[in-house]
Amino acid sequence: MTENLTGAGFGRLEFRDPERIAALRKKISQLCRNVKKPISIMHVCGSHEQSIARFGLRSLLPPELNVIMGPGCPVCITDVPEVDEAIAIARQGAIVATFGDMFRVPGSCFSLEQVKAQGADVRVVYSPSEALKLALESKGEVVFFASGFETTAVATAAVVLANPPANFSVLSAHKYIPPVMEIVAEMPGTRVEGFLAAGHAATITGWGVFERFVSRHKIPVVTGGFEPLDVLAALAALVELVVAGEAAVENAYPRCCTKEGNLAAQKLLWEVFESEGGMWRGIAHVPNGNLRLRSRYRSFDSRQRFDLTPDLCQEDSLQPLTLECICGNIMAGIQSPKDCRLFGMECTPQSPVGACMVSAEGTCKIWHEYGGHLIIAE
Amino acid sequence: MCLGVPGKIMAVDGQCATVDFWGVKRQILLTVVDQEVKAGDYVLVHVGFAIKKIPQSEIAETLSFYDGLLKQGDRDLMASDVADEMKASS
Ligand code: SF4
Repeated sequence: MTENLTGAGFGRLEFRDPERIAALRKKISQLCRNVKKPISIMHVCGSHEQSIARFGLRSLLPPELNVIMGPGCPVCITDVPEVDEAIAIARQGAIVATFGDMFRVPGSCFSLEQVKAQGADVRVVYSPSEALKLALESKGEVVFFASGFETTAVATAAVVLANPPANFSVLSAHKYIPPVMEIVAEMPGTRVEGFLAAGHAATITGWGVFERFVSRHKIPVVTGGFEPLDVLAALAALVELVVAGEAAVENAYPRCCTKEGNLAAQKLLWEVFESEGGMWRGIAHVPNGNLRLRSRYRSFDSRQRFDLTPDLCQEDSLQPLTLECICGNIMAGIQSPKDCRLFGMECTPQSPVGACMVSAEGTCKIWHEYGGHLIIAE
Repeated sequence: MCLGVPGKIMAVDGQCATVDFWGVKRQILLTVVDQEVKAGDYVLVHVGFAIKKIPQSEIAETLSFYDGLLKQGDRDLMASDVADEMKASS
């Protein structure tokens, strides 16, 4: 292996087994040889996109196979009003603690970063338990503005169950992936013939969670890990199912993921949270797609504790460029960052226009960092 | 953010554990992991919580993948996600 186009080295360690890579690549090409129109596979995880882009995996795939990123970036699909709620809380004097990417994501007029510059107390944390610690050390209200899919929501649930002090609460923007797959599969303009499911979310929920989706939509689902070999193995399994016209769930990540998943974690998750319908930014209203605190934990629910009427935007603070952002279509698999006029021009990681350029899991940021179509010289 | 980071358990104290990430010692929580873990085991850690015990036979391969990533330093998106996961533990 030689260097790729960005200069990031491809050592033997990363592509540990070039023979297996070559074999999988050949298998995928052979399977795709006789297809009449390109096969379109969607994955729903920022870490998958990072791995695919970083290791230039698209360049190993035949032109008949399209791998697209769906709504797999929790920051990108956090709805504008959810950011506005966090901002309203921060402006009432509470400490708002949140993950780094959420800090910069735009609400309807501001981001948390901007209201911090105006004097609000907003802290970046790396873990829900760090937010809890802030509450233990502080006299005032501490709100954890929580984002992430089920894997992260489990950690928030564990903190809520750890007997937090009365000044701690959670503003949940947690989302649940299985329901959005149904929405995307039914969207006009989106063509998904197979889903690559995120290995670590499935480690929690178990791959069995996808059986209902598969029987309803007749679209195969394969769970996959994040190393280049894991991703290729999962794609090979998916293409095989698609070509055979077989709708089934397969587990290509057996070293972490089982059919039942982590039952202890599921118990924590559903003890604290329930799913309800809500908007995913740029995508649609997703029935059961939002994770909200159950009423028995209402005393730790920021939505019950604060006045969440957002401040109205000043006309001149609306950003005209955001109207051109096509993040929603990208996450629905209809367009790619290359279709956006602003990509790499007005919109860059240093000065992002849309949420998909803010988050390390957003397609635009990942493509900007790694390029969306690297060619690996072998 | 959903990648997680592998660490080696040094000591277990109830629901807490001391974990070694490439020489950096951190405290993590064991409330979420469903298997019993003890000193010497490797776990996958996400936002300060162990989510999965890594099977013995997979440890070398898993670590070598992360070794390769971390060599790129914080200019790399995946590597900086992994670095953030390490910061998530106290
Ligand atoms: S490049 Fe920027 S403006 Fe265009 S879709 Fe991506 S985030 Fe939105």
